[in-house]
Amino acid sequence: MNSTITPIDTKTTCYHCGNECRDEDIFEDEKHFCCSGCLTVYDILKDNNLCGYYDLNQNAGVSLKSKNFNGKFDYLEEKLIQDELLAFKNESIAKVILYVPSIHCSSCVWLLENFPKIKLGVITSRLNFVKKELSIDFDPNLVSLKEIVELMATLGYEPKINLDSIQKPKIIDSETKHLLYKIGVTGFCAGNIMMMSFPEYFNLNSNSDISLQRFFLYFNFLLALPVFFYGASDYLKGAYYSITENLKKNSDVLSVDIPIALGITALFTRSLYETFVTHTAGYWDSMAGLVLFLLLGKWVQQVTFNYLSFDRSYKSYFPLAVKVKNQSVQYKNVNDLKKGEEFIIHHQELIPADAILKEGNALIDYSFVTGEAKPVKKLKGEVIFAGGRQVADSIELMVQKPVSTSYLTQLWNNESFLKEKTIPTTELANAFSKYFTYITISIAVLVGIYWHFNNPALLWPAVTAVLMVACPCALTLSLPFTMNTTMSIFGKNKFFVKNQGVIQILAEVDTIVFDKTGTLTEGNKGKVRFEGSINKDEEKLIYSVVNQSVHPMSKMVAEYLAPNLAYKVTDFEEVKGKGVAAVVEGKNIKLGRLDFVKNEPTIQVDSEVHIMINNVYKGFFTVEPQFRSNWKELLEKLKKTFDIKLLSGDTNKVQKVLSPIFGENMQFEQTPQQKLDYIKGIQNDGKKVLMIGDGLNDAGALREAKVGIALTEDIQAFSPSCDAILDANNFEKLGKYVVFSKTALNVVKASFLLSLVYNFLCISWASTGLLSPVFAAVVMPLSTISVVLFAVGSTWIIAKRRKLL
Amino acid sequence: MSILILLVILAIIVAGSFLAAFFWATKDGQFEDTFSPSVRILMDNDRKENKKH
Repeated sequence: MNSTITPIDTKTTCYHCGNECRDEDIFEDEKHFCCSGCLTVYDILKDNNLCGYYDLNQNAGVSLKSKNFNGKFDYLEEKLIQDELLAFKNESIAKVILYVPSIHCSSCVWLLENFPKIKLGVITSRLNFVKKELSIDFDPNLVSLKEIVELMATLGYEPKINLDSIQKPKIIDSETKHLLYKIGVTGFCAGNIMMMSFPEYFNLNSNSDISLQRFFLYFNFLLALPVFFYGASDYLKGAYYSITENLKKNSDVLSVDIPIALGITALFTRSLYETFVTHTAGYWDSMAGLVLFLLLGKWVQQVTFNYLSFDRSYKSYFPLAVKVKNQSVQYKNVNDLKKGEEFIIHHQELIPADAILKEGNALIDYSFVTGEAKPVKKLKGEVIFAGGRQVADSIELMVQKPVSTSYLTQLWNNESFLKEKTIPTTELANAFSKYFTYITISIAVLVGIYWHFNNPALLWPAVTAVLMVACPCALTLSLPFTMNTTMSIFGKNKFFVKNQGVIQILAEVDTIVFDKTGTLTEGNKGKVRFEGSINKDEEKLIYSVVNQSVHPMSKMVAEYLAPNLAYKVTDFEEVKGKGVAAVVEGKNIKLGRLDFVKNEPTIQVDSEVHIMINNVYKGFFTVEPQFRSNWKELLEKLKKTFDIKLLSGDTNKVQKVLSPIFGENMQFEQTPQQKLDYIKGIQNDGKKVLMIGDGLNDAGALREAKVGIALTEDIQAFSPSCDAILDANNFEKLGKYVVFSKTALNVVKASFLLSLVYNFLCISWASTGLLSPVFAAVVMPLSTISVVLFAVGSTWIIAKRRKLL
Repeated sequence: MSILILLVILAIIVAGSFLAAFFWATKDGQFEDTFSPSVRILMDNDRKENKKH
């Protein structure tokens, strides 16, 4: 194995991950690699004859730069933790389902499903690409869970294991499955009924073959039974509940199920009468087609972006286990931590429970909770709240409050998290159906009275015909189909809404509340500025040092100084949470916090990297938040139609920049609870609020607001519980989305009107009592299809005009 | 003409078997992940041997 490190001259890309080889370029097998991690994966794949990975997709790998898994998965050795994770276990086989967020292409499928070839003891591995879940069966005698997870991490597919992982998967799909069964059965019956009705359509029933005609008739009746009693059962039940609720005076809403059920029942009874009394064709085909359309509409309504998760709580962020002291076990599930127990937190780990610092140097980054990027120093005996990340060395802590009642997690006990948000998917249709039901019934009664006095023979044919054609099938379908189209248009623009109801609420919004850090500003990126004076050569020296460090600040400075040639660095020493000291070209370089480089206690401003060369202070680099591109234009535009407000957990240091836009509507240094209360306050004043935020600190506000949008740099990454996820790159389009949701609702209203016109025409025809089965079988589906086509088509055309497609 | 009745019944049985297949597929979860099977079918199980030849 010949690996050489060469200086970089031309742009080369890594054979494994496709990233540019910037810091180092490892050359092996005539291929370039950007880091030793990528090379390791290549070697593993090569040794196992799995290089087909690279044939499927070029540069398919996941970058492994600066990843270190040492000891990270040690807790998986603990038997109790294992038992909670494993879906099944006996002596010779264990099953586990792991969530792997970094799965992104067909090569991933290929490699992960070939896992048994790489690791002895893995029996099968099967991937669900949509859910990004890998199910692994392995032999616990040959291989341990920890080994599997570590190998996956080495290959760049680190599974996400957190407090959420131990919850057994819920059976959320069963409702969708039942709907699919219903569609299958109804579709089967509808198709066959139509086939049996063909002779009737073309008047082919010669009188000579009465028995055959009867046979078709009864067969249709048999096929219609499952349609009525199984396929349409939801509508019949829904109508029944709505009527009883109204009779009990619990509600005055007449659900849209009532006119539907009325129509279906009218079709069914009239057809029964015709089949068994007059032995004529009946309306079995119309009924089956109608139910099939309704079910398809329902199915469309349920289509969601099921590969995205909208309901995350703190559990998705918290570690599954921590290292505990003085106990029989080494690691413990954080849910089982009790007051007084001591545990150890390593560098870059999250503190899962409110605790007192017992030992060590604590530097806690609360950006996760507050949005404030400045790490806070804590002294021995001080309380550290859950949710902070330790950025210095290992510390020892003593639990003050168990996880579920800690300061941060209490937010999730707030009532707004306990109740589901009301989703007005059917509200619009229900509002319509109230008048619709009354009008339909009164028309039917009037028609009945008229024929009673003029031609009693036509009474029942006319009344049932009115009820049949008045069935608001097209009406109920236009809403789900329009919303589904809108959802997919939004999805193409990287704006993912949780369900169709969200679009409807979005259209009503009149106030938009913004978070600052990570929403208006770019989360991790900042503008680096240097204060002081350094020359070109000193820049090179500093670059050489920061290039060696993995600290985010050093990385930002390195990026600022790049491209630059690096010198050889000796005596490199990194003091976690403080800074770096090294010798370059015979010069002593110290950089980091002010108290570290000067070696004396001083007033500390974080987000500054101070420089000392040969004991001469040179100045410092400072990182200023960088606002997203076009943020001003977007806000100016939104200001014209909406109230805009700012709600930040951060300090007011950029108030000056923001005040021309927000004026007085700014709140700073808000805790997650305060944010939630603020939203609640303005909503109680009758405002309909859209909250847009990014971090866990906004979780409460996102939940409380009518619509909560989580902004994220990476759609697959973890975002807090919300109603919609927006890709940060499309932030400037936010205004367009809100306006388009209004348009979509107008399209729905227009299609309502169209279907009312159809209804009016059909009812006029039906009230004459001359509605023939063939006519009904043609007109009813035709009106439905044309309304749906109108709704979907106009939504597409408008989206295209607005350049959303 | 009574042969038609037999035909219809046979047709229903054939169609019914497809319905049963649809039920089975739904129950089996075939509609839950629509991407990975498309990749899985392209995978060579015995790439090792192929390379040696």
